Amino acid sequence: MVTSVDICGVHFKNPVVPASGTFGFGLEMAPVYDLNLLGGISLKGTTRDPRFGNECPRIAECPDGMINSVGLQNPGIDALLRDKLPALRSLYGGVVIANVSGFSVEEYSECCARAASAPEVDMLEVNVSCPNVHGGGLAFGTSAKAAAEVTSAARKACGGKPVFVKLSPNVTDIVEIAKACEEAGADGLTLINTVLGMRIDIRSRKPVVANRYGGFSGRAVFPIALRMVNQVSRACNIPIMGCGGVSRAEDVIEMMMAGASLVQVGAENLRNPMVCKEIVESLPLVMERLGINDINEIIGIV
Amino acid sequence: MKQGTYSISANVEIASGIFRMRLEGDTSAFLRGGQFVDIAVPGFFLRRPLAVREWDDKGFDVVYKVVGEGTAILSGLKEGERLEVLTGLGNGFDARACRSSALVVCGGLGASPAFSLVKELLRTGRKVTVILGFNRATEVVLFKEYQALGADVHLVTVDGSAGLKGFVTDAVNLLSPEYDYFYTCGPKVMMKALCGQLEGPGEVSLEERMGCGCGICYGCTCHTVSGPKRVCADGPVFKKEEVIW
Ligand SMILES: Cc1cc2nc3c(=O)[nH]c(=O)nc-3n(C[C@H](O)[C@H](O)[C@H](O)COP(=O)(O)OP(=O)(O)OC[C@H]3O[C@@H](n4cnc5c(N)ncnc54)[C@H](O)[C@@H]3O)c2cc1C
Ligand SMILES: Cc1cc2nc3c(=O)[nH]c(=O)nc-3n(C[C@H](O)[C@H](O)[C@H](O)COP(=O)(O)O)c2cc1C
Ligand code: FES
Repeated sequence: MVTSVDICGVHFKNPVVPASGTFGFGLEMAPVYDLNLLGGISLKGTTRDPRFGNECPRIAECPDGMINSVGLQNPGIDALLRDKLPALRSLYGGVVIANVSGFSVEEYSECCARAASAPEVDMLEVNVSCPNVHGGGLAFGTSAKAAAEVTSAARKACGGKPVFVKLSPNVTDIVEIAKACEEAGADGLTLINTVLGMRIDIRSRKPVVANRYGGFSGRAVFPIALRMVNQVSRACNIPIMGCGGVSRAEDVIEMMMAGASLVQVGAENLRNPMVCKEIVESLPLVMERLGINDINEIIGIV
Repeated sequence: MKQGTYSISANVEIASGIFRMRLEGDTSAFLRGGQFVDIAVPGFFLRRPLAVREWDDKGFDVVYKVVGEGTAILSGLKEGERLEVLTGLGNGFDARACRSSALVVCGGLGASPAFSLVKELLRTGRKVTVILGFNRATEVVLFKEYQALGADVHLVTVDGSAGLKGFVTDAVNLLSPEYDYFYTCGPKVMMKALCGQLEGPGEVSLEERMGCGCGICYGCTCHTVSGPKRVCADGPVFKKEEVIW
């Protein structure tokens, strides 16, 4: 049985990748299970300078999901290169995906170049879809023109390493933006980031998260993510990492049938830190039950 | 951190709207008083973080107040029912930081996480003064348990319906206890006032809304003098001088 996937010259022993922001820098989970069972890891979104992010509370519970307004807290690109990456590489041999964000095309370009220069990084994921920071992230992901600009700057900055652009669902036409990124040189696309949402504490009559709005994700968004992955995969010819609401091996299969070559697991890691391990372990059993010999044969068949 | 399934052996109301739940199962991840567990409540996406009051080889207990939907469901669970729990979370209090005499000041359910700390301080021969503050007599919990440990315990309520009348800060002024190190857990306003009032070194236990409870989501970060820190993994206990209130 084949569970490995090769895209853009990078070998993933299986298609399961913890999503950016829901698995720290990988290191945090190393005492919990052997990271080497994962296909890859997408690291916490990193910017040029260290960021605190938004004030707390920045988590709100929702039915079958959650809202976060973390706002890209990270120690900055220098700390990523100096501390996090070497520490992670010393105990993990799988694919490392650096997730990069910025507030200007120049910053994206600089962060991408720095991250791509690190020998530990196999692949770049450029986040143009964070709903939690003003003037950054999402501002670039909601316009085809701006997304294309960031994409071509990132593509130039990353040398030979594959660049995936991570798209937002908070747009009228995700296909238009996906195509613009493809034309601008993206090697692949990751979708979706979180859906802009809100909760109100009806006792205190205030928004639950201090930032008022936040990104909604978790099981509840799976059908939305699946639909967008399917639309984009039918319109574009570059590989897709499908993300949004995945919580079990069956969802991985469904996401791949919709068109994803790799599948990311986000918020589910927060409620069940073992979930990626459980998915990797049950994937072959689910494949067997469904008569799938090679996981690659189901990519985009629907 | 460890993940495990625990069976409920007791779940009783010990004060108005406040319950003590004992869970039987693996306690090998518990290291210090002041650590917490994260309980998966059936029907909810996120877990509920609760401090551990006490543990032994066979299980542990938590004391919780019903404040919303999740804790309401917990309060209705019966003996024999099972819960999936992450254990051994957070750093906990550092009992070794105290040389010979400790002051432990708790507000409300802050009395729960401090319990194992006080046990450890007494076991290792420290003199301990405990001040437990509550709003009113009907909310008093664990006072007798602290007395049974052999600590010098003082009760204070805001409305004076039990023990001294006033805030814990008033009780500190009145008693002027001897200590070389203090520990506090309770509402943020109380701990802030106390840290302003108390001289000398000490530590405080913070609370924040959590996503993962185990350090991977950066959902619970607070400001400290040494930069952003995760309450769940770098805390919940911080040195007094570290916290930016
Ligand atoms: C480290 C830590 C230790 C704690 N120890 C105790 C304890 O020993 N005893 C006790 O009674 N309570 C304790 N709390 C608070 C307890 O977690 C909340 O009261 C509980 O989660 C409320 O859940 P709910 O579903 O009833 O409330 P809801 O308001 O319906 O919950 C909605 C969401 O908000 C979160 N939430 C609500 N209030 C709090 C809060 N004060 N802190 C953190 N998250 C909150 C819930 O976990 C849930 O995700 C602790 C909190 C933390 C962070
Ligand atoms: C707490 C949290 C933090 C996140 N941080 C980032 C981030 O730094 N960069 C990024 O590209 N996406 C971030 N995301 C989005 C996820 O990677 C993912 O795209 C989204 O949550 C949808 O997947 P899910 O439904 O499985 O959670 C974050 C999500 C959560 C829940
Ligand atoms: S709750 Fe996730 S890092 Fe603290």
